[in-house]
Amino acid sequence: MLNIFKLAARNLFRYKRRTLLTSTLITLGVVSVLLFISISGSFKALMVGQITDSMLGHIQIHKKGYLASIDSLPLNRNLTGKQIDKVVQVLAEEDAVEAYSMRIKLGAMFSNFIETTNIRLNAVTPTDEMKTAPLLTDRILEGEKENLLKAGEILIPELISKGMKVKVGDGIVLVANNKDGSVNGQNFMVRGILEGISGPGGRDGMIHINDAKSLLRIEAAEVSEIAIRLKDIYLLPAVFTSLQEKLGSMKNKQGMPVFEVHTWEKISPFFNIAKMIDLMTFFIKIMLVAIVLVSIMNVMVMAVYERINEIGTIAAIGTLPNKILSLFVVEGFLMGVLGTAVGTTISLISIAIMNATQIRFDFGRQTGLLLSPTIGATDVIFVVVIVVAIAVIASLQPAWKAAKMDPITALKHV
Amino acid sequence: MSVVVAEQLIKTYVAGDIKIEAIRKVNFSIEPASFVSFIGPSGSGKTTLLNMIGCLDPPTAGKLQVAGQDITSLNRQNAARFRGEHIGFVFQDFNLIPVLTVFENVEYPLQMVQSWPNEKRKKRVMEMLEAVGMADQARKYPSQISGGQKQRAAVARALVTNAKLVLADEPTANLDKETANMVINLMKQMRDEYKTTFVFSTHDPRIVDNVEITFVLDDGTLHKLEKSAGGDHA
Ligand SMILES: Nc1ncnc2c1ncn2[C@@H]1O[C@H](COP(=O)(O)OP(=O)(O)OP(=O)(O)O)[C@@H](O)[C@H]1O
Ligand SMILES: [Mg+2]
Repeated sequence: MLNIFKLAARNLFRYKRRTLLTSTLITLGVVSVLLFISISGSFKALMVGQITDSMLGHIQIHKKGYLASIDSLPLNRNLTGKQIDKVVQVLAEEDAVEAYSMRIKLGAMFSNFIETTNIRLNAVTPTDEMKTAPLLTDRILEGEKENLLKAGEILIPELISKGMKVKVGDGIVLVANNKDGSVNGQNFMVRGILEGISGPGGRDGMIHINDAKSLLRIEAAEVSEIAIRLKDIYLLPAVFTSLQEKLGSMKNKQGMPVFEVHTWEKISPFFNIAKMIDLMTFFIKIMLVAIVLVSIMNVMVMAVYERINEIGTIAAIGTLPNKILSLFVVEGFLMGVLGTAVGTTISLISIAIMNATQIRFDFGRQTGLLLSPTIGATDVIFVVVIVVAIAVIASLQPAWKAAKMDPITALKHV
Repeated sequence: MSVVVAEQLIKTYVAGDIKIEAIRKVNFSIEPASFVSFIGPSGSGKTTLLNMIGCLDPPTAGKLQVAGQDITSLNRQNAARFRGEHIGFVFQDFNLIPVLTVFENVEYPLQMVQSWPNEKRKKRVMEMLEAVGMADQARKYPSQISGGQKQRAAVARALVTNAKLVLADEPTANLDKETANMVINLMKQMRDEYKTTFVFSTHDPRIVDNVEITFVLDDGTLHKLEKSAGGDHA
């Protein structure tokens, strides 16, 4: 084996410029793919993190049919006593669950005593909410961030603060219809201004869950949604399947499903962007494969053509066809390995440099996001294996041509 | 036992509608350790005959035995194996592998065709290089040596596997007279030393005097035989 490698390497070295050019092309391809994967991956993780950690949580549980009518914030589709107990019991069995938060979602009239507007509200237990959405407090633009809020306080969305000219410390009134249609009002103090983000619930205000209950005159246990945070987002598929089995399949006496379980992906529009990024990564990988295939095949076809006479010689003196085949395949393989090794090295160094220089970027209203590109070993191994495999595959056809060459014809070739 | 036995050997090329009878029913045999040349004008069939003996081209009809084995119906793989084991080749254009040194070129058949162990291989290569007087050029590449030196290296490569038979198609055509004679004398010397059979083709009158057995080919027929036994008139 060693001698085949030696011979192949010598032949590559004989056409230095060509080898260098082809390897450089492969290097460029590998670098673009690895950098794209790492940067888009970091961007994706960052955006997903923002969405799940400051608002949605990883998984949400509602009463069946709630999500379809979420725009009208229905109060008659809340989870009640026994249903909540069931969810709590199931969640206690899941080791991967880090925290969960019970929320009542409601619509109300918001008045600053001069003007009135509509407001959507998310009523929470502050300690649970902060554990479930740890980045939520980052969205508080003005006002005290610590402990989120107390009963009697409200976090108002940025838009309302601007539109109604309401500042931190101002008193306001919320008026809401309860399930039966009776109206109730309650005074609140503006505790802070909440930054809006895209997606459902991204422009909601926030109050304490006990205030929501008294405003809506809810006596028994009742929540609109249960948001769940997992210990790691990679556990999402497994936990989702498990919850789907335990809760999603539960039927009531009429044989209708009781709960609906959704992942953040189903709820947030950003999931489509994330999917788009994955699709782009896929196409860039395809392009890499094409580059490697075409460049290696091109070079190997030339290599075989230039060496017809040599092939005739070694075939005549008894070199077996499959050895001739491997001679050329190994040449393609080595070129692939060279390009990939250099490309991977450059990529890893670039990623390290990018992390060291702390590149920041803006996305929508969010500024100064830290780009921290990372690349998993599996991604690197995948790219390396694909490129080297394609290099070998691309050499097979020319190599096979060389192997089955008739020695007499090859020797006559000038 | 003869190294080569040919009986009623025929080679016909078919190119479209035209049939070219390159070799027409020839009979001959070649004895071990002989020094044989096929001579004849261009197109008389020398190369065709040598290619058949060398297991590179199957005969159209007739019997052909090399090293005691019928080689008329070997497949590609077995023909290659047979060549690697029994036959050495010396080419008109030397055909050394340009990316290998003289030493590595001679080593090639022992490593890539047969698989000799390292020590034994190196020793054998050095022995052959010394025999052809190329030991001091061992580390040079083919591009760094003269034509005569290349052909000497090629002779060493042909002999290194202890081949019973070395075939050389016009081995001196690209050499000047002096060098040509030197190469022929080297081959003869090798024959004496290793008892190898040398068969070559030539239409070079300068070296015809130097050979021992001469078959004359004319338009595919072997019609003259000189100096020795072991052949037949066609
Ligand atoms: N592959 C082939 N297809 C068709 N005809 C061929 C082929 N090879 C050789 N011939 C013909 O066979 C005859 C013998 O050719 P060959 O090459 O054996 O002659 P030669 O004696 O070696 O000639 P030279 O001294 O020029 O090398 C010629 O007429 C040649 O045209
Ligand atoms: Mg010829």
